[in-house]
Amino acid sequence: MIPFEYLRAGDPAEAVAAVAGRPGAAFLGGGTNLVDHMKLGVAGPDLLVDVSRLPLDRVEETAGGLRIGAAVRNSDLAAHPLVRERYPVLARALLSGASGQLRNVATTAGNLLQRTRCPYFQDVTTPCNKRVPGSGCSAAGGYTRYHAILGASEHCVATHPSDMAVAMVALDAVVAVLGPGGARTLPLAELYRLPGDAPQRDTVLEHGDLIIAVELPHLPFARRSAYRKVRDRASFSFALVSVAAALDLDGGLVRDVRLALGGVAHKPWRATRAEAELRGGPATEDAFRRAAEAELAAARPLPGNAFKVAMTRNAVVATLRALAEEGR
Amino acid sequence: MDARITLRVDGRVRPLALDTRTTLLDALRDHLSVTSPKKGCDHGQCGACTVLLDGRRVVSCLILAVTCDGAEVTTAQGLAQEGEPHPVQRAFLEKDAFQCGFCTPGQVCSAVGMLEEVKAGHPSEVTDDLTGPVTLDDEEIRERLSGNLCRCGAYVNIVAALREEAES
Repeated sequence: MIPFEYLRAGDPAEAVAAVAGRPGAAFLGGGTNLVDHMKLGVAGPDLLVDVSRLPLDRVEETAGGLRIGAAVRNSDLAAHPLVRERYPVLARALLSGASGQLRNVATTAGNLLQRTRCPYFQDVTTPCNKRVPGSGCSAAGGYTRYHAILGASEHCVATHPSDMAVAMVALDAVVAVLGPGGARTLPLAELYRLPGDAPQRDTVLEHGDLIIAVELPHLPFARRSAYRKVRDRASFSFALVSVAAALDLDGGLVRDVRLALGGVAHKPWRATRAEAELRGGPATEDAFRRAAEAELAAARPLPGNAFKVAMTRNAVVATLRALAEEGR
Repeated sequence: MDARITLRVDGRVRPLALDTRTTLLDALRDHLSVTSPKKGCDHGQCGACTVLLDGRRVVSCLILAVTCDGAEVTTAQGLAQEGEPHPVQRAFLEKDAFQCGFCTPGQVCSAVGMLEEVKAGHPSEVTDDLTGPVTLDDEEIRERLSGNLCRCGAYVNIVAALREEAES
């Protein structure tokens, strides 16, 4: 680990100014990903600006929705009574991620900004376009079990590792950002980018931009929502594929639906094609399967992860079927 | 880059001067000779370094000590009171919940933190009703302690120790 200075920021504006003014500076939240990357040599900031104790640790009720402070710990968010009641998909997604010890430390913004667990990204002895742009992609022709089937490029086939973000993307979450140029908001789905020819950039944020909150809009039917995660072991493991869904039924018809996929792309993947296919149609297993297949028509699996296409389809069907049965 | 901080470790105030790169785990073990938290993987994956930080279970290997100024740290050796083992430690002894013992201090701290989470009504991934009361059955214990690995494979007896503790 290279030496670094440490600054505990007094308020968000001070934190933004401190990072924006120094190219090698980084924000430190819970540190469960960044400190690991500093040990591995994946990251080497020369100044850490600690934002974990800023007064951004509250969950507040808004007009029917919630505003989640960036420093709210994953465990506290999952246990929050309003999250459990109104957005079970989010509570379930959070609880399916990491371990109890890590959830007690990891923050909301840090969870959103955690980086891929592609083994080549984390191993500084191997080429990786995300870590060293232009050096090549070791996953192409390598181990790709946990890699993307949607939206990848020849430069990068990594997946985004967050569970929480998949639920939030399904819920149309909005991110509040404070940057050197002032405050702004953007839909969470637009925070993330596909790798294209610049996989070193996970998000559209610029240096010095600080996420200060995540807003969840009013979505009454999210009370009937679920998160299904398929993985290699039953707990404390990243998703092979995951599904976040909320379902609004009108008799046997789908009045409305929210659907997002994890473990399949460089970003949490909002399944807009499947949603469009489902809206107004019958809430049947056949319809769920057709919708999943419509979304997956664009899938381009790699030699090591072709199984994920069928796994994703089946996970979508199983999640929606369970939600439909819950509603009867 | 050096920093000065103060920790309260197992009830004792401990001023420290350390490099900003020092993790809480290394501060405890190498600066304060508090060696009950163990360095297993050093990447947050094994749980051997688990301590209670301001009452919450955390992996001390991924936390920089400099961020903990003023914090209260409880390790497995600080759980005992006046030479008497903590009830969780007693349960581990009675149920033979370890073999080599390397993961045990982390298991014990994790279990103590976990029991507090259950007491507060926090659900886990395997809790059926997110808004209902939590019953700490074997499935819940296994899920909630999945952040602590035991390479001797003492899991069966660890679950037994905590089942007993949950029932008492």
